[in-house]
Amino acid sequence: MSSLEVKDLHVTINGSHILQGVNFFVPENKVTALLGRNGVGKSTTLKAIMGLNPGTGSIKFGGTEIVAMPTHKIVQMGLGYVPEDREIFSSLTVKENLALAARDDEPNYDLVYSLFPELLTRTSQRAGTLSGGQQQMVAISRALLNKNQILVIDEPTKGLAPKLVTEVANALAHVADHSTMLIVEQNLALVKAIAQNIIVMDQGKVVFEGGPENLRDESFVKSMLGVSGGHK
Amino acid sequence: MSTFLLILITGVGLGALYFLVASGLSLIYGLMGVLNFAHGSFLTIGAFTGLWVSTKVFPNPTTWTFIAAMIAGGIAAGLFALVMEQLVINRLYNRHIDQALVTVGVALVVAAVLGGWFGNDLRLLPTPLWFMKAVTIGDAIIPIDRFIYIGVAAILLTAMLSILKFTRIGLIIRAGVENRSMVSALGINVRLAFSTVFFIGGFAAGVGGVLISVFSYGVSPGMAGSWLIYGFIVVVVGGMGSLTGSAIAAMLIGITNQFANYYVTGLGDFVVVFILAAVLLTKPSGLLGKVSH
Repeated sequence: MSSLEVKDLHVTINGSHILQGVNFFVPENKVTALLGRNGVGKSTTLKAIMGLNPGTGSIKFGGTEIVAMPTHKIVQMGLGYVPEDREIFSSLTVKENLALAARDDEPNYDLVYSLFPELLTRTSQRAGTLSGGQQQMVAISRALLNKNQILVIDEPTKGLAPKLVTEVANALAHVADHSTMLIVEQNLALVKAIAQNIIVMDQGKVVFEGGPENLRDESFVKSMLGVSGGHK
Repeated sequence: MSTFLLILITGVGLGALYFLVASGLSLIYGLMGVLNFAHGSFLTIGAFTGLWVSTKVFPNPTTWTFIAAMIAGGIAAGLFALVMEQLVINRLYNRHIDQALVTVGVALVVAAVLGGWFGNDLRLLPTPLWFMKAVTIGDAIIPIDRFIYIGVAAILLTAMLSILKFTRIGLIIRAGVENRSMVSALGINVRLAFSTVFFIGGFAAGVGGVLISVFSYGVSPGMAGSWLIYGFIVVVVGGMGSLTGSAIAAMLIGITNQFANYYVTGLGDFVVVFILAAVLLTKPSGLLGKVSH
């Protein structure tokens, strides 16, 4: 029910053909990591899935076509989204940010505050005055409040200090145990820890699908991602 | 001193009317990015509805009939705004040039229809007799209507701020002003917020239209013109999407306009444009403006 199937997905933005026929499958109850160099279309793919970038082709969520659906309906179907760069509402308090995201009758504040206890002490603080790591906690918490069938997460550790990377990674690992997740992440250590599948994109297309064990192969990592696996 | 006080309170009263026109414009642009040139039509429709209530429904003017006229004017303008949003604007989100053309068209049509129906002459809106009285503060004799404008604007500002602060739809509107695509990405149908904002903006303009009819000694189809221009100036100076910013800017412009007109005869409009230019050059987002996406 909570699988996601992307077929022949094309996205053109301002005349640039960013996604050129993307195909992949996100299986139920597994974590799938979408990898690739900067600018290959990973975030665009996630935005297209969420209806934030209009695309053509097919995106099936639990068998239902969602490619032309408005974003709010896609989310209401059970896709939780954590955007790149957090996009928290800076003029609202932490409490208001969370209240805005709460869709379920009984939002899971217990989970959020157990994963990120720091937020409990900052409920009345304006989100714009939080540190980058705290803002990321708010962004992730917004998606965790509701019983989503798939979590779509875009670069959750981007720009965070090492201590906060660990905290966010631990929270994601906890959630990954019982969720379907599609995650874009540059931190290969985190990907190795939580992902059961990896998909590699290059120039707007999927060029590799397989298991995370490939990330232990230095030559694979260097040729596919252009980075050294040992450093990430 | 008495002249100073008279000009000051008249300026605050004028600012209150500017605020009623500008508040809806500010929220509509801040949340939806819609440059609504038909906003003056909301004001005119409110004024004509108020005129109809005051002459046909309750022909003997009292305080209560005037309040009824204001509420009816606000509701009529709010509903017109809502219908316009649903039928026209809804199809034109993110098409700014089309929005400008269509809303200018709606404004022209409304003025033409009202002109054809009621004629283009100024028609007096009946008010209770005590509206023509004045109160003495120190040595200054202040017409009482100024306090009515200020009081009504204060009530509406408080009501709108309360809606924004204490209700879920208000929370959605505040978040939407900041980043409306992210509001959608939280599973919220932001279009409902758009409709609410159009109604609230139309309501405030409609109530403003009834009060402007008192200030301007009458109702006519073309009455909105200069008020809409001042409304846009207030929105830009106050900051798109900020009600408090609009209230501050409206007071600043109303008071400055009155003092400039008195002390440097006829230069009120020039000084207002000078303030606009100064704000655009030093703080383009306005006094309390937010960045909207």
